[in-house]
Amino acid sequence: MTGGLLFALAGVVLFALGVAGVVLIDNLLRRILAFNLMGSGAFLVLVGLAQRDGVPDPVPQAMVLTGIVVAVAATALALALARKLHALTGRLELPEDADD
Amino acid sequence: MIDPLVWLILLPLCWATLAFVLGPGRGAWTAIGGLAAQLWLAFVLADRVGAGGKALHAVGGWGAPLGIDLAADGLSTAMLLLTQCVALPLAIYARSYFKADDPAGTWFWPLTGLLIAGLNALFVSADLFNIYVTLELAGLAAVALVAAGGGAHQVAAALRYLFATLVGSGAYLLGVALIYGAYGTVSIATLLPLVTTDAPRLVWIAGILMVAGLMLKTALFPFHFWLPPAHGGAPAPVSALLSALVVKASFYLILRLWLGPLQALLPVFAWGMALLGAAAIFWGSWRAIRAVKLKRLVAYSTVAQLGYLFLIFPLLTCPGALQAGVMQAFAHGLAKAGMFAAAGVLIKATGQDSVAGLAGAVERLPVTLLAFGLSGVTLMGLPPSSGFLAKWQIIEAALAQGYWIIAVVALAGGLLAAVYLFRVLRQAFLLAPTPQPAAVVPRALEWGAFALAAASVLLGLRGVELMRLVGVT
Repeated sequence: MTGGLLFALAGVVLFALGVAGVVLIDNLLRRILAFNLMGSGAFLVLVGLAQRDGVPDPVPQAMVLTGIVVAVAATALALALARKLHALTGRLELPEDADD
Repeated sequence: MIDPLVWLILLPLCWATLAFVLGPGRGAWTAIGGLAAQLWLAFVLADRVGAGGKALHAVGGWGAPLGIDLAADGLSTAMLLLTQCVALPLAIYARSYFKADDPAGTWFWPLTGLLIAGLNALFVSADLFNIYVTLELAGLAAVALVAAGGGAHQVAAALRYLFATLVGSGAYLLGVALIYGAYGTVSIATLLPLVTTDAPRLVWIAGILMVAGLMLKTALFPFHFWLPPAHGGAPAPVSALLSALVVKASFYLILRLWLGPLQALLPVFAWGMALLGAAAIFWGSWRAIRAVKLKRLVAYSTVAQLGYLFLIFPLLTCPGALQAGVMQAFAHGLAKAGMFAAAGVLIKATGQDSVAGLAGAVERLPVTLLAFGLSGVTLMGLPPSSGFLAKWQIIEAALAQGYWIIAVVALAGGLLAAVYLFRVLRQAFLLAPTPQPAAVVPRALEWGAFALAAASVLLGLRGVELMRLVGVT
């Protein structure tokens, strides 16, 4: 098993853990962390799978950089919304959808 | 020489920044001016694509694989047209909708500019990774728009929407990573021959991940849980933008993958998609029939109408099916924008968001009720509306291939739509138990809603040109 494949497999496991976290956890901060885990997993797959014969490929690394910027922006938005919800309701969990 | 492909992305970014600096008053006029120019550019592009075929642009002179390519074929151009056609009347509507001190109105203009830039960029992106970035750009702007009102319900709905959209684009990104690992490219045009000749199992998984993520973002049943609170709770112009445009963007992407790089793999799942589409039609209509609040009713109607878009997947081998799907996207986009706009007027005038509270509305707001009714004509699929044209084509394509079950579902969906729409209209035509003083509503609101609704009906008369445009590859 090559190092790149190992990275990719670890990435898939991280991604699955992250998705499970976002779906199952109630606490908003932990959900946001889980989303970051999920993103990192996808980045690891992108970098790991693209290594051919041990030579790193620069294109996916540029993509991952772009992806990290997107993930930081999304995390910032999520944190801002979570803080707002905490300020309004005093809780860090999503309330039940009242109208459903 | 103006290249519409580039300016359709740059212009909204420019006026979004300007609107942020200028504040809501003058920012609104900048946005309206920018959107009018974009509408003109979209028509210029449609003219060029219709006459000369696919339009291409290499950003900064760096072509693929090093740089980013922009490309617009008939399908992209049609989606660009829809976006600008819906956004301009909604901007005029929104200028009168938000009061001067409304926080949602302050953030509406810059965020809408970012949203439109993201959507336009998505429609002209020619590689899978660039599509991921634009998908996130549009998604984050849409989430921020839902939260801009600042109420606890709106923030909670925005967070729920944010997590759904992040998981959706995360799954899409993992798919892109697997595809890059297998082929070493993300260009849609380069991938097509590669996938057709040799598709390892990895690419199958990638395709399933990408489409599943996009289904979550399109709110296809059973992934629709985030849509009613987000679309039902936001201010009316935001609901209209989200229902009319944002969910269509991820549908467009599914279509793009289905007809493009993944066309050798995905048709296995065509009936699964149609089944979920049919389930969405029945479940969404049922919830709309039972909804207590007016905007929830309209939001559940969106869940149902999105189902039609997925009915076309088993039919895509037949020439008219793609045109039927795009026509349905147009019909629903224009009609739903008009309907949310009309619902916004009704809520403003009656001061509450319940179907029961509409009694007597017809005396006070005849133009708005007419707009709601005209949108309803399109959603039910009555002639001569564009909704009729879309459903007619779906049924024709289905019968041509002997899939009568799809035709039955399409017809039943129209009847169910009539049930929940007439619930609203019947209530509005009742006499109010105690006549209330009429709240004054700006005329731009009533006529904005009417313009969108009328466009959805009148498009049925000019549908042939649109269908010809969609056929250009």
